[in-house]
Amino acid sequence: MTDPVLKTQGISKSFGALRASRDISIDLFPGEIHAVIGPNGAGKSTLIGQICGTLKPDTGSVQLLGRDVTHETARARARVGLGRTFQISSLAMEDTVLQNALLGALGASGRPWRFWKDALNDKDLRATAEEALLRVGLEGQARMRTAELSHGQRRQLEVAVALTLRPKALVMDEPMAGMGAEGSKRLTGFLDVLRQEAPILLVEHDMDAVFALADRISVLVYGEVIATGTVDEIRSDAAVQEAYLGEDA
Amino acid sequence: MIRETYVNALTLLLLVAIPLWAVFMDEPFTITLMTRAAIFAIAAIGLNIALGIGGLVSLGHAVFFGIGGYAMGILAHHAQTYTPLAEWPFLIDGTKSMPLIWLVAIACSALAALVIGALSLRTTGVYFIMITLAFGQMFFFFAISWAEYGGEDGLSIYIRNGFPGLNTLAPIQFYGLCFVLLCLVLLFAWKLSKSPFGLALNAARQAPMRVETVGLDPKRVKLVAFVISGVITGLAGALFADLNRFVSPTMFSWQTSGEIMIFIILGGVGRLFGPVVGALAFVALEHWLGGLSDYWHIYLGLLLLVIVLFGRGGLIGMVSGREAVHD
Repeated sequence: MTDPVLKTQGISKSFGALRASRDISIDLFPGEIHAVIGPNGAGKSTLIGQICGTLKPDTGSVQLLGRDVTHETARARARVGLGRTFQISSLAMEDTVLQNALLGALGASGRPWRFWKDALNDKDLRATAEEALLRVGLEGQARMRTAELSHGQRRQLEVAVALTLRPKALVMDEPMAGMGAEGSKRLTGFLDVLRQEAPILLVEHDMDAVFALADRISVLVYGEVIATGTVDEIRSDAAVQEAYLGEDA
Repeated sequence: MIRETYVNALTLLLLVAIPLWAVFMDEPFTITLMTRAAIFAIAAIGLNIALGIGGLVSLGHAVFFGIGGYAMGILAHHAQTYTPLAEWPFLIDGTKSMPLIWLVAIACSALAALVIGALSLRTTGVYFIMITLAFGQMFFFFAISWAEYGGEDGLSIYIRNGFPGLNTLAPIQFYGLCFVLLCLVLLFAWKLSKSPFGLALNAARQAPMRVETVGLDPKRVKLVAFVISGVITGLAGALFADLNRFVSPTMFSWQTSGEIMIFIILGGVGRLFGPVVGALAFVALEHWLGGLSDYWHIYLGLLLLVIVLFGRGGLIGMVSGREAVHD
């Protein structure tokens, strides 16, 4: 078996009396989509924060490409190859779509200390940015202000910015949220291909997408992973039925 | 965008035409007013990089303006009294050379901006405003108590400092020098706003978390912007002291910080020519309204109120509309 690209080992995190993460160990293998599902307040965002480096686990470790990154910042993890998309879009809204993609390309180039050259006319940055926009199907919107994009298009741009970094692993926080059925279907198809390039840890509410895409699913309840397994295993798991799926499955 | 370009071109034209007209009509005071406006514009372009692009609301930019002023005052004071600035570890004399004074002003402002920025950027929002204000007040009271250099009374310099090949005592020549510097600073600010660094700074204002996620350090980007900003305002301070041939702690006062910010708000925050239009408008109002009433600030206040409430892009925004998407 190959080594996991991304791995957490027994991470726990408390906020006062609230134990938001309890001894969570999950991993992500090459070519895989590993979905994390759970009811609201299950600690999904806390988990993502610890994986991406915006939160420090109280105990446990995070490994990225075999390297312990537990004590590294979010940007160090990004440079190692961790791409991230946000649940609430955190794009530069006043900028154009292309400028947002260029920012990703700039981060990937690691050379922001240039004060004279025109960023829009930098061939390398531009090629990276435009390729990413093309891949998510936003090439026609490149000159639009990001604030003018529809909700779904912003999600696509989130993905495009992550792609400019040529990530080795992706963490996606509800990429389908707020998307129409059509957009959701398109993105599902795209992620299905993308997984070969970078495995995806997918936190998602859209169960159709999760069941269509996921190789494995982990179910998070009260900060604890109560089950990990294939789609079929999770569907038939009694504990999961009771804790989560029972309500709407 | 097109209309804004016209406004910018018209502004540049005024900056050339008015002083030339003043020479022709033999109105040296008008040239002095225009010089004042050009220098204020440089100071505000400095702040606009931090405030307009980086979103850093600094109420302490008088620190850099004052440092520039005192760099000029102290160097020229030692030169005119034939006393060395320092004798240890080696002899340092004062100077009456503008380029040298500018270099010192730039170096000192950069150092101050690095320290103040590094400490202030640990905070955001209102706290950032307050801490930059606090630094401003520290420098202000330090200057007041610095008896060696005039304390509260400030320092007078008898003859304007020199620039190779120019007679800086001729108002139009000194204006020309300030105008060229203004154009250079404008060019730099324009290139910076479109550069990779400008892109990162612009994003660091709007979405710092995003910048972090693409592997860049938003705080470091902002710190570099703050230093660049302080350096430009410091250079303006040295010019301002030379214009008046006088420096005093007033240059460090929070009112000065406020005025530099007012230039930007008047003209248009984040717009290339915002600081220039704002400084011109301010100097014009100061001159005309100041002639009508000692309480002209009331009218300035009313105007600011109107602009903030109704013309969200400053004077430039009122004329040319919302900023178009850059290409």
